[in-house]
Amino acid sequence: MALRAQGVGARLGGVQVLHVLDLHLEPGRWTSIVGPNGAGKSTLLRVLAGLLPHQGSVCLGDRLLSQWPPRERARVLAWLGQSESVVDDLSVMDVALLGRLPHQAWLAKPNAQDLAVVEKYLRLTQAWDWRHRSLGALSGGERQRVLLARALCVEADILLMDEPLANLDPPHQADWLQIVRSLVARGTTVVSVLHEVSMALQADTLVVMAQGRITHQGPTSDPLSHRAIERVFGQRIAVHAVQGQWVAIPTSAPPATPPAAPD
Amino acid sequence: MSAPGRRSPLAWALVLCAASLLFVLLGVCVGSSGWQAWADMARDPVAWQIVWDIRLPRSVGAWGAGALLGLSGAVAQGLFRNPLADPYLLGSAAGASLGVCVALALLGVSPASLEWLAQIGLTGAAFAGATGAVLLTLVLARGVQHTLRLLLAGVVVGVVLGAASSLVLLMQPQLLQAMQGFLLGSTAFVGWSGCLLMLVVWSLCMAAAWWFSPVLDGLALGESTALSLGLPLAPMRLGLILVLALASGTAVAQTGLIAFVGLAAPHLVRSVLRATHAWLLLLSGLMGGALLLAADLLARALIAPQELPVGVLTAVLGGGYLLWLMHRQSASLPGGGA
Repeated sequence: MALRAQGVGARLGGVQVLHVLDLHLEPGRWTSIVGPNGAGKSTLLRVLAGLLPHQGSVCLGDRLLSQWPPRERARVLAWLGQSESVVDDLSVMDVALLGRLPHQAWLAKPNAQDLAVVEKYLRLTQAWDWRHRSLGALSGGERQRVLLARALCVEADILLMDEPLANLDPPHQADWLQIVRSLVARGTTVVSVLHEVSMALQADTLVVMAQGRITHQGPTSDPLSHRAIERVFGQRIAVHAVQGQWVAIPTSAPPATPPAAPD
Repeated sequence: MSAPGRRSPLAWALVLCAASLLFVLLGVCVGSSGWQAWADMARDPVAWQIVWDIRLPRSVGAWGAGALLGLSGAVAQGLFRNPLADPYLLGSAAGASLGVCVALALLGVSPASLEWLAQIGLTGAAFAGATGAVLLTLVLARGVQHTLRLLLAGVVVGVVLGAASSLVLLMQPQLLQAMQGFLLGSTAFVGWSGCLLMLVVWSLCMAAAWWFSPVLDGLALGESTALSLGLPLAPMRLGLILVLALASGTAVAQTGLIAFVGLAAPHLVRSVLRATHAWLLLLSGLMGGALLLAADLLARALIAPQELPVGVLTAVLGGGYLLWLMHRQSASLPGGGA
């Protein structure tokens, strides 16, 4: 299912943090949004998820996002947020089961299918063994894997993730990459905001943002995309091919401009 | 010891019900005339009256008020995603105090009017005050969408209404003694009508809170996640606030200000098991009932034949429990004490 934003803008605290922009996300592809801090990446993602009041329109499939009944929309559009404060008391199993809420009748007990889906994704994120522990008893990385499993349990057509690699160590980042690739292979549309630029370069499409605007959108293999990334990060990274993959490597700091001599 | 997550909520519900029944039985036996009234109730009409008209409604009333406070504490903590939230957070306590204060000031403190107030007016005034305060909080917060605004509005309403009560007391200092009973909290004047009211309100609030419980579970993962799960946050948040106001307002109106039961009951439940809010709400109510009943027993037994105000006892015991909890949590944090 496609997700399309037209003339979208957003204000936070009276400040225009997202200027009018258009974005078309193709179904069954992985799009990564990158840019420096304060570029408006998370705001854009929240607008696409329908979580933030905005100007312009966002269409999910052939309907405006606002025209979707909330539960129906929740079944096709899943969300994994960034550093939301989470109450520690719920068990890992209960958190993952929350991902099945949009599929269940109100107050219904989870059925065999719900339990099977939860087990599948808790095993996939290697969280099954501590399913009875509370979130408060987990490390930051373990907690992130549980929250990822919760988002995967929705089994939505579109998965939006804001900094999903936060707190994950390199092996679990590699696992995440594998999960995303298998989702995309099954036809899921994935959109991720990432600070790990090398990981973002594994996506199909790259959206580069700066100061609330999209400065570039194109395939990750396109050299123009690489130049756009280098430009928004002030030439402090350079994109190179290493063993057949694109990676972003930090460059040395540009020479500081000497202060002007006083008259 | 098994992990909290593996313990059965149903088993704990049964344990709490059994403990409450035991406390009610003990409550029937405890009083200024001791066990004698219980032993003589079959043949002595006065003993029967002591047990049936005083001790039993008082014990059932203590359970009802505790259950209402425990339930509203769990709702407040889930709704505001704050383990320190208590049932009086939206200004209901200050509103109820002002309601009682104004009623006493308008009707005077003559024995006749006090008797009338004790029967009808005091409870009604406290409830009207609590409801008015919560409504004022909602108006000031401009709805229920913003948790922080609600909290701030609740604090403001609490402070302003508290100041208004102080002003009334300053102008009519003869009300101080009459107000003291309300401010310290007591189950001594709860009759069968109060018991019935509290049990009916608890049942209604419990049913409504249980209906809204998936929203509290969703909110535990943050507002954005709850919204993304298709949960209708705005109407359900309003429903939960009404439950909170009705439950805490009814308890305050019947027994005055009883501290810490609403705060401590959900914590005690969480310390023994992990459960979703559907269970947590029920168990917090049962725990609150058992707690206040036990505190009422202690208040009547500690310096018998005199008795302590139960609100003082819950404040001392609840405060001690929270200090212990704080110490235990800081000790388990990295860099904390042993």
